[in-house]
Amino acid sequence: MTAVHAPLSGLLDVEAVRADFPILSRTVRGGNRLVYLDSGATSQKPVQVLDAERDFYTRHNAAVHRGAHLLAEEATDAYEAARATIARFVGAQTRELVFTKNATEALNLVSYSFSNATAKSQHGRSLPQGAERFVLAPGDEIVVTEMEHHANLVPWQEVCDKTGAVLRWIGVDDDGRLDLDHPVHGLDAVLGERTRVVALTHQSNVLGTVTPVRRVADAAHALGALVVLDACQSVPHMPIDLAELGADYLAFSGHKMLGPSGIGVLWGRYDLLAAMPPFLTGGSMIEVVRMEGSTFAAPPQRFEAGVPMAAQAVGLGAAVDYLEALRSADGSLSGMAAVAAHEHGLTAYALEALAEVPGVRVVGPADTASRGSAVSFVVDGIHAHDVGQVLDDRGVEVRVGHHCAWPLHRRFGVAATTRASFYVYNDTRDVDDLVAAVRHAQSFFGVAR
Amino acid sequence: MNLESLYQEIILDHYKHPRGRGLREPFAVEVHHVNPTCGDELTVRVSLVGDVVTDVSYDGQGCSISQASVSVLYEQLVGATVTDGLATTDAFLALMQGRGQVEPDEDVLGDAVAFAGVAKYPARVKCALLGWMAWKDAVAQAVASETPEVAP
Repeated sequence: MTAVHAPLSGLLDVEAVRADFPILSRTVRGGNRLVYLDSGATSQKPVQVLDAERDFYTRHNAAVHRGAHLLAEEATDAYEAARATIARFVGAQTRELVFTKNATEALNLVSYSFSNATAKSQHGRSLPQGAERFVLAPGDEIVVTEMEHHANLVPWQEVCDKTGAVLRWIGVDDDGRLDLDHPVHGLDAVLGERTRVVALTHQSNVLGTVTPVRRVADAAHALGALVVLDACQSVPHMPIDLAELGADYLAFSGHKMLGPSGIGVLWGRYDLLAAMPPFLTGGSMIEVVRMEGSTFAAPPQRFEAGVPMAAQAVGLGAAVDYLEALRSADGSLSGMAAVAAHEHGLTAYALEALAEVPGVRVVGPADTASRGSAVSFVVDGIHAHDVGQVLDDRGVEVRVGHHCAWPLHRRFGVAATTRASFYVYNDTRDVDDLVAAVRHAQSFFGVAR
Repeated sequence: MNLESLYQEIILDHYKHPRGRGLREPFAVEVHHVNPTCGDELTVRVSLVGDVVTDVSYDGQGCSISQASVSVLYEQLVGATVTDGLATTDAFLALMQGRGQVEPDEDVLGDAVAFAGVAKYPARVKCALLGWMAWKDAVAQAVASETPEVAP
């Protein structure tokens, strides 16, 4: 058991969890124990997920939603069962869940709905009923935040370039929270009559900040705007209640939540999905095709062109099952509540331990209120790349750089940070190894105090 | 591989005491290069008189490898001919992209041989090359702008 290294309550039984992740028992860089602290970039996969994918390929593989043979039926059933599992996991209706290749594609799917509807409208081409919600006029406004990952920023910049809409953004305060009450960069100042979309992250991939989605969504809805939530860093780490969040769209990726790479999810309110023109087009997303033109299938199929990633969907379904079956070591919590409590404990432990190292400064909230497990920091006198190199030499694998949130780093006046991010297989020993490695880096570069 | 073979003393020395740092006049061409994966940025100015590199001035921010590398570049290339400078650049590029299989020629590379260990860390190769690619870009522009136009 983990008692020696786990003085915190509410943690998972990490030894038991780690036994499900074969990669965590390999060694790195000269025989060091692997201390994997880069789950914010991508998580490791348990054997249950790998087995589910292997089982699909070894027993049921066929192209889904095509053909009438037995394997096609089994493959389609497996794919659709995974959709149902994942929908239930986030509290969505099954028909509201679209599979994409990743969250970036899911966010692009929504953003392209605006530019595609606008372009078709300009040429008087047919659009689904209700598509005027997606038609933008020059001067319409799209609102994002300064803490967005590039995946929820660049697509909206592109929409603006294509439609003449204007990008505006909500600022971030010195603690790394959305500065909603700021007179210039706050909610009331940035949102207005022309606001058509508000796209924001649920949890910053750099700061760990959990944003007050409901407040932003209510303000956006009062103006008739749609709310797009980047949930890449929240769905894997906390219970999600779509009704409570109040967003109109939610995007997340499978590979950050123990699932395979190559699959992401877009949830959208069904009436909105039904009003959107298609994104990627081709096979299986159509209703009728003639040489003169085509009509399109109802959602979610409208947005799943081509043979989909069935094995990955099955793997992601298995990942959801795995997360839901987790229990706190003391039996007090289960599923995502247990995951969130585990990470909360580790984050508190890490913030406290890093605060004790002179010359280390956490970028983001220093306390654990409304905060997830991404902990980014700078080490005075050492560039993040060099910190990461020394950590890697000791088997501690973290992310270094701007983490695809370059404007946010600019906001904090740093070019790059070192980010440790925790998940279900990490424990306090990993945090201890991180802190020891950071101290070693300071000593190696001669900046220890 | 270990940290000491990556971070040779000479690299750490150039990082802590960069040579020739700061942007200076006059210059023929100024370029600004970034490493999009980490956000490191470097501005490089090149000054030529005839075929001789009279100055390479630079400013920017980045990791020890990228900053030491441009400092070494300054020491190696200022005073050299453009031809020799580009030959050194090609040798450095071959060393960096050699995955540790290329034997460095100290006669050509000078102190830049200290970066041989970087080649075994593919993620850091771009750091080492940032300044060299910027210089190569700048000198190519400078030479092109100085070449008299030939009537067709």
